[in-house]
Amino acid sequence: MEGVDYLRDERSKAQFDVETMKVAWAGSPEAFLVCDRMAKLVANDPVFEKFSKPMLGRKELFKNTLRKTAHAWKLVNDLHLTEEEAKWLRHYIDEPSYTDLQWEMFVPALEGQGTEEQKKKWVPLAKTMQIIGTYAQTELGHGSNVQGLETTATFDRQSDEFVIHSPTLTSSKWWPGGLAKVTTHAIVYARLIIDGHFYGVHGFIVQLRSLEDHSPLPGITLGDIGMKFGHGTYNTMDNGVARFDRVRIPRDQMLMRVSQVTKEGKYMKSNVPRQLGYATMVSVRQTIVSDASKALSRAVCIATRYSAIRRQFGSRDGGPETQVLDYKTQQSRLFPLVASAFAFRFASDWLKLLYTDVKQRLEVNDFSTLPEVHACTAGFKSLTTAATAEGIEECRKLCGGHGYLISSGLPELFAFYVPACTYEGENVVMLLQVARFLVKTVSDLGNKQPVGTAAYLGRASLLVQKNCVVQTAEDWLNPIAILEAFEARAARMAVGCCQRLAEFKSPEEGFAELSSDLAEASLAHCQVIVVSTFIRRLQQDIPGRGVKQALEVLCNVYALFLLHKHQGDFLATGYLTPKQASLANDQLRTLYSKVRPNAIALVDSFNHTDHYLSSVLGRYDGNVYPKLYEAALKDPLNDSDIADGIHQYVQPILKQKLHSSKL
Amino acid sequence: AFEKFTRPMMGRKELLKNTLRKAAHGWKLIVDHRLTEEEAKWLRLYIDEPAYTDLHWGMFIPAIEGQGTEEQKKKWLPLAQKMQIIGCYAQTELGHGSNVQGLETTATFDPKTDEFVVHSPTLTSSKWWPGGLGKVSTHALVYARLIVGGEFHGVHGFIVQLRSLDDHSPLPGITVGDIGMKFGNGAYNTMDNGVLRFDHVRIPRNQMLMRVTQVTKEGKIMQSNVPRQLIYGTMVYVRQTIVADASKALSRAVCIATRYSAVRRQFGSRDGGPETQVIDYKTQQSRLFPLLASAYAFRFVGEWLKWLYMDVKERLAANDFSTLPEAHACTAGLKSITTTATADGIEECRKLCGGHGYLVSSGLPELFAVYIPACTYEGDNVVLLLQVARFLVKTVSELGYKKPVGTTAYMGRVASLMQNNCAVQTAEGWLNPGAIVEAFESRAARMAVQCGKKLAKFENPEEGFAELSADLVEASIAHCQLIVVSKFIEKLKQDIPGKGVKQMLEVLCYVYALFLLHKHQGDFLATGYLTPEQASLANDQLRTLYSKVRPNAITLVDSFNYTDHYLGSILGRYDGNVYPKLYEAAWKDPLNDSDVVDGFHEFVQPILKQKLRTSKL
Repeated sequence: MEGVDYLRDERSKAQFDVETMKVAWAGSPEAFLVCDRMAKLVANDPVFEKFSKPMLGRKELFKNTLRKTAHAWKLVNDLHLTEEEAKWLRHYIDEPSYTDLQWEMFVPALEGQGTEEQKKKWVPLAKTMQIIGTYAQTELGHGSNVQGLETTATFDRQSDEFVIHSPTLTSSKWWPGGLAKVTTHAIVYARLIIDGHFYGVHGFIVQLRSLEDHSPLPGITLGDIGMKFGHGTYNTMDNGVARFDRVRIPRDQMLMRVSQVTKEGKYMKSNVPRQLGYATMVSVRQTIVSDASKALSRAVCIATRYSAIRRQFGSRDGGPETQVLDYKTQQSRLFPLVASAFAFRFASDWLKLLYTDVKQRLEVNDFSTLPEVHACTAGFKSLTTAATAEGIEECRKLCGGHGYLISSGLPELFAFYVPACTYEGENVVMLLQVARFLVKTVSDLGNKQPVGTAAYLGRASLLVQKNCVVQTAEDWLNPIAILEAFEARAARMAVGCCQRLAEFKSPEEGFAELSSDLAEASLAHCQVIVVSTFIRRLQQDIPGRGVKQALEVLCNVYALFLLHKHQGDFLATGYLTPKQASLANDQLRTLYSKVRPNAIALVDSFNHTDHYLSSVLGRYDGNVYPKLYEAALKDPLNDSDIADGIHQYVQPILKQKLHSSKL
Repeated sequence: AFEKFTRPMMGRKELLKNTLRKAAHGWKLIVDHRLTEEEAKWLRLYIDEPAYTDLHWGMFIPAIEGQGTEEQKKKWLPLAQKMQIIGCYAQTELGHGSNVQGLETTATFDPKTDEFVVHSPTLTSSKWWPGGLGKVSTHALVYARLIVGGEFHGVHGFIVQLRSLDDHSPLPGITVGDIGMKFGNGAYNTMDNGVLRFDHVRIPRNQMLMRVTQVTKEGKIMQSNVPRQLIYGTMVYVRQTIVADASKALSRAVCIATRYSAVRRQFGSRDGGPETQVIDYKTQQSRLFPLLASAYAFRFVGEWLKWLYMDVKERLAANDFSTLPEAHACTAGLKSITTTATADGIEECRKLCGGHGYLVSSGLPELFAVYIPACTYEGDNVVLLLQVARFLVKTVSELGYKKPVGTTAYMGRVASLMQNNCAVQTAEGWLNPGAIVEAFESRAARMAVQCGKKLAKFENPEEGFAELSADLVEASIAHCQLIVVSKFIEKLKQDIPGKGVKQMLEVLCYVYALFLLHKHQGDFLATGYLTPEQASLANDQLRTLYSKVRPNAITLVDSFNYTDHYLGSILGRYDGNVYPKLYEAAWKDPLNDSDVVDGFHEFVQPILKQKLRTSKL
């Protein structure tokens, strides 16, 4: 039955040009071409097959990933792929591997924190993969708080070396990917100690394994930290533990771009602005937001396609049952997630521009926008990853019982994605950082004009007074009305928090006591940014039949869905009346009906290959049930009619001979 | 024999074999120690591993007891209770889940041979999901469309033998297999959820379960005078069990997250002293303590459901069906909200453990994976809320002439609930059960009435119901939350012995109620029952309550009395000795068998030595 398309009717209903929407999703025609080419390169190469992954034992699984990684590196070289192409190639292989750390953490850290001399020595070795590195920051007892790290790097003036040491069990490096079994080197973050004095946490290049036989070097204990959530997911990665027993490294292996230690043991700071790190941070968080939109788009693609295939109840006169996609309860859970995937996509496009802007400013020593940039990227990271993790699980539930099968692709996608909520800044910690920025911005309003994404707070006095003027459900289709509602709610919540903070004698105590309210105010602020970014994107020219119109519908769905979900905020701040909130909800229902005919084409626009989706439920051709049946028969338990263990452990029960049998 | 730490590292075959071994050992203990049925049930629960016996005891036997005639019970029950046969419950199909009337499998009566012919006419009619079906069960209760004389007579249950009792091979005409891997490492992969197809399989006529409906050998359909509503009794029972399980699963997750939050420290070090215990952060408390309170709330509402089940049973015995619609709606709704809250709560607990919660040794990933099917099985949670909504709409529309009963009795006071607004003036004003119940009643009543009004604007009621279904679901949730809150409050009106026990539970009850009020403040404000100021006072009180929970947090989770074996979590160890044990556990991963890992020489060394080009991958 190859060559079928059970979704053809759905596709023919689309009111926009899918091919142009693909370009809008990808960001540009060039970006679309690169992604499309790399996705197909992976999908068509049998080495990258991933269906059997969940059935492999840990060792086999890991070996399989090493093989894929080597094959990919071979392709990168043989096909002379650019760095951009290589990045996409790795992305579409869709399997966490040590090279993620090598290219996304180790090399960038060397480039960002190394001196020119250090870069000249280490970067070529890393880029040709003569050494493989990881980024060893977190410890068994220490995560988000870098200043709490316990590993020490003590300067020994006599030998001109640092002594790297793990003084306690909790100081064991714990989690770094690639660390356990593969990497030859690591950038180890440790407390710099000179003459018994502490000089902050710095990065040190430490060789971990022999380049001859790969065995761990003396004084170094390395191991894997064990299984993680899911079958394949991060179990293809050797997240590791490392302990150092007074391991010596030359002085020039401390990364010294910002701070230096001389051979006399003098600690010095170069005139390189410390703020340089911000550019890297913006870039890392931009990637995270972009990954959020990808992960969420995969989940909604699976759930939307399967919702069009799956039928339940509503049969009339013995005809077919109703497609579950036609149920309003399904639409009200699914379509906001489709809209969110687009919203996050455009947010990440905008973050790319922000990154360029920050880089240019840093070059001319303009640090004025940094606090705002820091808060905005932290907020984006928190909002998008939390919504994506929840959204994937919601999509799994939207697939009914079959979503629980590994072959649906959703359990693995969820297990693979959820660490994003904790890594690179735990999401609640991030929101509290945003809150600090908001509180400061509000309290400085008299003497400092807020910039960028916080600029609306400059109009706070107006926003706390003026209430919503919407009178009909149609009025809610007005971007200005929507934006003002979100701004007013966020401004009022921030101002409200500040007023209550002022009642505390100690500001820190107040901040701690009110922290969960502050986190809510931060979320409101972050939602303003995502909504306004989406709206601004639509003010640009977007070619293609019906493309802009379809995106406008999604933008309204995203905003009004949030408004309904958080109507408590909008009502509590007094900006909306219950009647206006109810009109928004009415409009939302109308919008769902506008999304419905385009639903399949919208998820087709992501241009995901079946290989990348790896979901029987989300197949492009909709040929779900025969393939689900086929896939089931491949389970190892189906190798024989009589399962292993039946004779020993079930037959004696049935034959009533259990008491005399040996278990 | 019941060790479970190594489970996640096993391949699928090894995993199932290990479970078969444990199930056999469990059965041996039951027989040797002459355990009662109640004891045996708890034994299986604490083994904490889905196995075919769950279906055998939990579905197969009760179904025969409930749907079989006296004669059928006499024949089949002793066989099943001695485990001379092992059975499962084969209802769902590849293409059909919640809608039983949509099943495609057929059972056609053949008067010539006095047999039924059980058949799978399409691929989507393949039985799909039943636990124990794939590899173990010898028999199944198969639900199929009864066809007599070419006519359809509803869906009924048939006892079908699947495998030979001699060599366990599938009988002729029967295709049976496992449906493949599921979410999680161990989790439900210890269960052989199966697929089953019939190619014109014949069974004797007396293997249709005939307590309610009979087919005579002449092919006549007859209905006995046994009330059809009997089935509701079983449904109430099953859902009561699900609510009880929700409180167990949530309490496990909360126990792990609470203990580890007291061990884990982060930020806030002063003068080089230790960092702050994360349980002292208000953000941690505001996510964790409501879940702790929910575990207790679900526990008490589960106990009340046990009472409800007894009540329903007695009424059925006396042919009193008056409370059935209410009991049905109430159990459907409670199943839905407790399982959803528990699934979300387990994942929240995992996040509350930071990065280490992602390790399988934290116990939380497996707990999540094993729990979440509860949101879809025995009635999808959204479908159930829509059933509640139908009942609510009906109740509201009949208010003029029919007095609502049981958990909907408050609807009888709808006129005053629509008018009287909240009188709370201080944060302390919220520490009043009367104020809290009234708030939840008013919100639920107003939302139901509002939905009723909006529905009336549609010409076709079914169209209106479909269009407004998302709003109807919200109204149902409001109604169900009211039930949980009021059952918690009722529980506290009873005598509860022990120093400070009652006081502590009162704090948890307020936490549960005010947390819900804050979370859903949009409803309370939109219905006009609360002012923003009153909602804000509730939130202030909630913060104060968290401080009262804090010193008792560990003992509150110790009260669940869980063994470290049952928790299966290093982070949740009773002794809090987390880090040394986490370190120790890591070394047991198969990847740590050797310093240089399998595959390194073939796939990494050539890269480092720049010889990839010439190596064979």
